[in-house]
Amino acid sequence: MDQTVENKKVEFSEGAMAEIRRYISHYPEGRQKSAILPILHIAQAEFGGWVSPEVMDKVAEILDIQPIEVYEVATFYTMFNLKPVGKHVLEVCRTGPCMLRGSDQLIEHLENRLGCKVGETSADGNFTLKTVECLASCGTGPMLQVREKFYENLDAASANQMLEDLKASTVRKPWEENY
Amino acid sequence: MGRKLLTEHINVEGIQTFDVYRKHGGYASVEKALKTMTPEEVVEEVKASGLRGRGGAGFPTGMKWSFLAKPEGKPRYLVCNADESEPGTFKDRYLMEKLPHLLIEGMITSSFALGARTSYIYIRGELLYVLRILEKAIAEAYANGFLGENILGSGYSLDLHVHPGGGAYICGEETALLESLEGKRGNPRNKPPFPAVWGLYGCPTVVNNVESIATVPWIVTNGAAEYAKIGVGRSTGTKLISAGGNINKPGVYEIELGVPVEEFIYSDEYCGGIWKGRDMKAVIAGGSSVPILPKELILKTAAGEDRLMTYESLSDGGFATGTMLGSGGFFVMDDQTCIVRHTWTLARFYHHESCGQCSPCREGTGWMEKVLHRIEYGHGQMHDIDLLVSVAKQIEGNTICPLGDAAAWPVAAAIRHFRDEFEWHVKHPERATAPGAVYNKADSVLA
Amino acid sequence: MVKITFDGIEVEVEEGTTILNAARKIGGEVVPPAMCYYTPLKGSGGKCRACLVKVAAGSAKDPRPMPKLVASCITPVQDGMVVENTTNPDVLATRKGVVEMLLINHPLDCPICDQAGECDLQNFSYEHGTSGTRYEEERRTFEKIDIGPLIQLHMTRCILCYRCVYTADQITEKRVHGVLGRGDAAEIGTYIENVIDNDFSGNVIDVCPVGALTDKTFRFKNRVWFTKPMDAHRDCPKCSGKVVLWMRGNDVMRVTARKDKYNEVQEFICNECRFDHKDPNDWTIEGARKIDRGSVISANHYELPVLNVPVVPNLPGSTEDDLKDTPFNLGRSV
Repeated sequence: MDQTVENKKVEFSEGAMAEIRRYISHYPEGRQKSAILPILHIAQAEFGGWVSPEVMDKVAEILDIQPIEVYEVATFYTMFNLKPVGKHVLEVCRTGPCMLRGSDQLIEHLENRLGCKVGETSADGNFTLKTVECLASCGTGPMLQVREKFYENLDAASANQMLEDLKASTVRKPWEENY
Repeated sequence: MGRKLLTEHINVEGIQTFDVYRKHGGYASVEKALKTMTPEEVVEEVKASGLRGRGGAGFPTGMKWSFLAKPEGKPRYLVCNADESEPGTFKDRYLMEKLPHLLIEGMITSSFALGARTSYIYIRGELLYVLRILEKAIAEAYANGFLGENILGSGYSLDLHVHPGGGAYICGEETALLESLEGKRGNPRNKPPFPAVWGLYGCPTVVNNVESIATVPWIVTNGAAEYAKIGVGRSTGTKLISAGGNINKPGVYEIELGVPVEEFIYSDEYCGGIWKGRDMKAVIAGGSSVPILPKELILKTAAGEDRLMTYESLSDGGFATGTMLGSGGFFVMDDQTCIVRHTWTLARFYHHESCGQCSPCREGTGWMEKVLHRIEYGHGQMHDIDLLVSVAKQIEGNTICPLGDAAAWPVAAAIRHFRDEFEWHVKHPERATAPGAVYNKADSVLA
Repeated sequence: MVKITFDGIEVEVEEGTTILNAARKIGGEVVPPAMCYYTPLKGSGGKCRACLVKVAAGSAKDPRPMPKLVASCITPVQDGMVVENTTNPDVLATRKGVVEMLLINHPLDCPICDQAGECDLQNFSYEHGTSGTRYEEERRTFEKIDIGPLIQLHMTRCILCYRCVYTADQITEKRVHGVLGRGDAAEIGTYIENVIDNDFSGNVIDVCPVGALTDKTFRFKNRVWFTKPMDAHRDCPKCSGKVVLWMRGNDVMRVTARKDKYNEVQEFICNECRFDHKDPNDWTIEGARKIDRGSVISANHYELPVLNVPVVPNLPGSTEDDLKDTPFNLGRSV
């Protein structure tokens, strides 16, 4: 009968746990809650690019805080995906300075190329298309971010190349070799 | 060529590594401060330099340091604000990516001055790749005895950590940043008490921008008097300007404060003029929250004097005809830019970034975005324009933190200087919504 | 003790007192409204901006005015401070703006809202707002969530005062609800389906200034102005047992904590007292409760409201003119 509960049990890998412990050690005793954002980033990298309620409960357990404290934080900051996403999440900057350099056109191009709208995932499950606000890359717009990497000065050709490269790539975690 | 105090060695091969950075004079300020100066002397030096906070507010850094409370038995903290998120601004990212050791050197010297034993660099979560560059450089600094216990045998010890945010512009506001660093939602705190008294974990804390801290090493190494010689009046030293928008050469430029705006835009040393051979329509000079100015007013003040890249000259004329240097996010709009659409994207930004804590900002930013969206998409009415001005006024000055002002100013200024463009959108919805359509002055004759 | 001047009235209060509480010491119509501040809850205040006032002189030592309006609920007084509230047209205009902001996304479903008649937002907009709205956009809505059999959450009515969150933090163990999301999408919720359930959870109903959190056991049963509030008590092992019974005839329609004239709970009560004792025989009834607030509740039951009493002595003539057309005419004949 415990099958479903068993399936939901969330465990971080040893590599991720080492990172988590390292971050917790950065803050004074009793202030471990400070590590919540670094740990949510680790969790998102560990569990397929999003954080489920079960993952957040696990984070609460590690930090010895109430689950609601994790939910409150995870829903405030926009980098955390609260629903499953594609293999790669394309986050296109659309704020004024990027708009001046063609972000509207880039978004339109990506929608056509991927066959999905902003907020959706392509049919092959490879890409989730999102728009975000200013990424501090205004001199090199239009641009987008995929995990930790910025793709800048994009036009149709370089955007297409980027999609091909990403499709063929393997997603690695920051604490793994060859990251 | 102006002098480069921060970026002189930025293009040196391998400058990201400790050894190369050190070979080019890096960490000299740490040696000088820890071996030959008292913390108070470092504070006095920074005070005397006239350095003003480079995050946007322009408050004198040394003054901020001298406000730090020093109660017995409580740790003090220095937190570097690397949450650079103001649209148009990307200088801190550039500096940290290219010169990580400069920021670390600044953190050590500044922490020594303030008596901090643990310091944090709060970097926006989107810049995780820069966080990894910084962490690598910090590890090198530890390995070489510039961080950790008993630095250079001076008896002074310091731990330095990098902390990522999670995607929230509001965390650039210093008390929201501290809340976030404590692992909470980034809601700005009510002030007073200010962080100098009640900051991180309830302890006295100084929060400084990346560029401010990165300027400290030069001031300490070369002396405040040398620094104060650069610049004009109360705008001393150099400033990193993030140049973007419709120019030929976008990028980060270190300028001596006092360069004429016209030279900055048109000379090949800086922006290299307007792209595609077009004319300039407007400029936002200090990050998206400062008032937009039309070409005439950004080049010359209302009194007809040349506008200079200084705190004082850019704000000449107040908000009626002036603007602010802010964070130095300088972006240029060509004559094909639709001001209404651009203003809408900024309103959308502030709506998206409002923390939602206090009512005028939570409700007002969304309201302004919706009205601007209607006008941009051809469903505006003439009275909407005055409504926007009124809503902006209801937000401005009435919120817990400056995000309310930052959201209100761009809308109010766009209408102040480009009202005809808004009216054209209302009068000619079919043309305003046509693909690629942009208002030009000739239309007002037809109107 | 420090002395301040509030709307031309001098008052002496203890050091560290907030401007709002100094004004409450004077009492009457000069007291700024407060939609989020709540004395019993540490950390509350500063958010709604309803209580903004003008500090015309910071202190005797430094008599410069403060550049912006300040939230009176969180700003401590200084000796010699001069504060303007009802005497300052900017303050009144700004307050009108705050009402507007709080109402643009409020559903205005008062006719079917259990809070009607004892709603702080109703009172606030009646006293300080304007009729009509300039808002033409669609109002915000939220997905409905169920937080258990005792408390009803209507998120559309919420003004995000955070009082219920502070209450859960400070008087209950293991908070399960909080503020989720950000900006105007922020909402009170539990994220995953969860029941707000512990011995003191019902107090979130009493602290809610609007109809966002209401008593499910009272839902749609009656209008508050048809009920008679009676002070009552019982021996309770968990709380003081001092409550108000809201009676219709001999039936107890609902039970709440006792509140003062600023709508603040005097003593929090337990869920057993609130939800499980609807039999009048369970209680020792002390007598009718005087409801002091500007509410319809007491108007019919006890006494008529006092009208046309000047409340601000020595109001400058110019200010009086400015106030003529506001709904809030300070009770003066004009």
